[in-house]
Amino acid sequence: MSEVNEKNYLENGEGFASWFFTVDHKRIGVMYLWAIAVFFIIAAIASFLVRFEHLTPGQTIVSADTYNVLFTLHGSMMVFLFIVPGVAASFGNFLIPLMIGAKDVIFPKLNLYSFWIYLAGAAIFMIALAGPADTGWTFYTPYSIETGANVILITLGIFVLGFSSILTGINFIVTMHKLRAPGMTWDRLPLFCWAAYATSLLQVLATPVVGITLLLLIGERYFGLGFFDPARGGDPVMFQHFFWFYSHPAVYIMILPAMGIISEIMPVFSRKPIFGYKAIAYASLAIALISFLVWGHHMFVSGQSKLVNIIFSVITYAVAVPTAIKVFNWLWTMHKGSIELSTAMLYSLAFIFLFTIGGLTGLFLGALAADVHLHDTYFVVAHMHYVMIGGTVFGFFAALHFWYPKMWGRMFDEFKAKIAFVLIFIGFNVVFFPQFIMGTLGMPRRYFNYAPEFQSLHQISTYGTWIIGAGFILMLWVLMRPLPGKAPGNPYRSVSLEWSMDSPPGTFNFDEIPTITEPVYNYGTKVEEES
Amino acid sequence: MNWLPQSASTFAPGVDLILWLVTIISVLSCVLIGFLLVYFCVKYKRKSDNDQTPAITHDSFLETLWTVIPTILCIVIFLYGYIYYDEYTTTPKNAVEINVTAKQWIWSFDYSNGKKTLNELYVPVNQPIRLVMQSDDVLHSFFVPAFRVKQDVMGNRYTYINFTATKEGVYDLYCTEYCGTAHSDMLGKVHVLSKAKFASWEDGSADKALKASAANIPPAELGKQLYSSKGCVACHSIDGADGVGPTWKGLFGKKRLFVDGSSAAADENYIKESILYPGEKMVEGYAPVMPSYKGLLDDSEITAIIEYIKTLK
Repeated sequence: MSEVNEKNYLENGEGFASWFFTVDHKRIGVMYLWAIAVFFIIAAIASFLVRFEHLTPGQTIVSADTYNVLFTLHGSMMVFLFIVPGVAASFGNFLIPLMIGAKDVIFPKLNLYSFWIYLAGAAIFMIALAGPADTGWTFYTPYSIETGANVILITLGIFVLGFSSILTGINFIVTMHKLRAPGMTWDRLPLFCWAAYATSLLQVLATPVVGITLLLLIGERYFGLGFFDPARGGDPVMFQHFFWFYSHPAVYIMILPAMGIISEIMPVFSRKPIFGYKAIAYASLAIALISFLVWGHHMFVSGQSKLVNIIFSVITYAVAVPTAIKVFNWLWTMHKGSIELSTAMLYSLAFIFLFTIGGLTGLFLGALAADVHLHDTYFVVAHMHYVMIGGTVFGFFAALHFWYPKMWGRMFDEFKAKIAFVLIFIGFNVVFFPQFIMGTLGMPRRYFNYAPEFQSLHQISTYGTWIIGAGFILMLWVLMRPLPGKAPGNPYRSVSLEWSMDSPPGTFNFDEIPTITEPVYNYGTKVEEES
Repeated sequence: MNWLPQSASTFAPGVDLILWLVTIISVLSCVLIGFLLVYFCVKYKRKSDNDQTPAITHDSFLETLWTVIPTILCIVIFLYGYIYYDEYTTTPKNAVEINVTAKQWIWSFDYSNGKKTLNELYVPVNQPIRLVMQSDDVLHSFFVPAFRVKQDVMGNRYTYINFTATKEGVYDLYCTEYCGTAHSDMLGKVHVLSKAKFASWEDGSADKALKASAANIPPAELGKQLYSSKGCVACHSIDGADGVGPTWKGLFGKKRLFVDGSSAAADENYIKESILYPGEKMVEGYAPVMPSYKGLLDDSEITAIIEYIKTLK
């Protein structure tokens, strides 16, 4: 075994088969990373075209129908192929065994099958989208039925993708229960693992609803049962309930792993223990549980009863509190620290700031009377992108840079990476901040054409995509060209377990399963303060 | 720069109050967090690898503080949202009902006196209005930013909006539930009239006056106005671009191929028939979605539209 472990995981086997049939959690994590990167790039290109179209009212480069297809492609690929499966499956796979002191996940073959299922689901989903679908990523009935988009095939794709999520979720949960190294008690579990645990719970519990929706759609289409189609006595709003009962927890499937990443990075570059470990861990679980009960806040103006709206508004605010707690905990981790502004740290700080804006603008939307005005306007588009890009994608980029040495065994050019960061940060705000104002002014979303008074704000937003696009390209260029020389095992002097072995790790991670004797994030030496 | 649309209903000030309240809370929070982020980065910048840091892991006082304050703020915001929402959803006793039908991509309004309008809603100022809305096809959503009101419209049941306009004027109406190709052209106007003007609109004398003034403008010019005001613009382009319906550019005199295999040239009679009975002669390649304009346009208006089409070569 140790002979195999002398080779690092990247060198242990070459060629397509050595990757495609591997059961090594690190290689599977890397394959997920490549897959989601490809989908991210395609979906990002679609979004650049959407924004370019908005340089002028009416047609700029594409027709209304093409525009509708483009935003559908952008939204549904980003959500279902990149952001839902993405961060948890790629970094979760790579990191969880390293962080808990295990040689692999508990079901390595199942892990590989999950990846294959993901690819199969992605293929079905892409075929369904190529229809082309023009329904938006929410596939609301009855439009989605009338337009001839193959809703059943789309749902089947999400269902198959969901199976991959469920199996990965089960794998992670059992791994964390059974394979923690001796001494790795629950209160020493790294917060990324806590976040992955909460995410996995959501994946296992929420995803089956997609399966139920699929069955109902099949029942309606092939057996004439009226569930969603008003012509058959069904209720289109019920489709929205099913859709959001899955898709709202999915929002937290997207954001929780990124929160875990930030919780890992803040202590390392502040050289302080994470502030309020227990509060963050429990907040992850609280967010996961409450997230099942707030789906109706997507439907305040869709015709739900007044009482239901009021209840959903209350519960929505209940989810805001644990989120606020997390932000302050990350912030206070820096207090009296020794702060190094590495690229990963910059992305983490940007995450805290942008996610705060994303969260605060959620307060507008949770207030019933205000949501009546803001619903389905650009305000929602901006809010959602501040959470999903400013939150998840910035967290994901932080992870790409932070674990880069561990994953690839090389270092990257920090200076150039920081320039890319600055471009992405500025570009992002230029794209999305004006959209808040467009939204409060009443500019509806998914509008091909718009009134001339919105043109200047639309143009600023479009110029921002060029800045952020340049940032993406530079970041990719920097990461594709590692510096010469091997990375040290622990370049950041981290005390976390995943930095205790060589970079990149050997195939079996640890020569010997370690015994954990210290608290997690055991930084700080000054004794005059209580600890 | 203005960040809110003009405020023209009794509901708007309440919404604006919440928007201002949450904006102030948000800006203060962002400034606080942004300041601390930068301040900590500067103050606690790493000086050397041997920096000594304290092993602080928690602080019950601070943690209680940042749990309790956001909780209180959330409760306050919820209550404001609830109070104004409650007011908005409660129908005043003296509300006048107007029936609204949404259809890809046209709004039509039926008034209690039998009048019917397309894409143009007429209401008196300071009069509580209750819209009773339904859709003929997919989901739509009725949104008037100046009134801060919005409600989805669906096919299987009625939904409602209450509002009382407080300022005379013309306000934009948008469809805000994605409904396909011409979603962003499913636009309308809400005309808020003084009581006197509304009365003259209601008894038709305003119409007569309008027609009298219309008599003084060339028919093609009138047709151009009707093209946008009656909603033709949503489906028919005038620049040759293919839309939901055939373009009007070069339409006059063109040979039309129908789904039953026959064909005819688009002359005055054909266009008039298509406006009044759109399902009679369906041109190949288009769906039978156009509503009949019978009763919505009179003969002189139809003639004006035909004259306008003739100018689009």
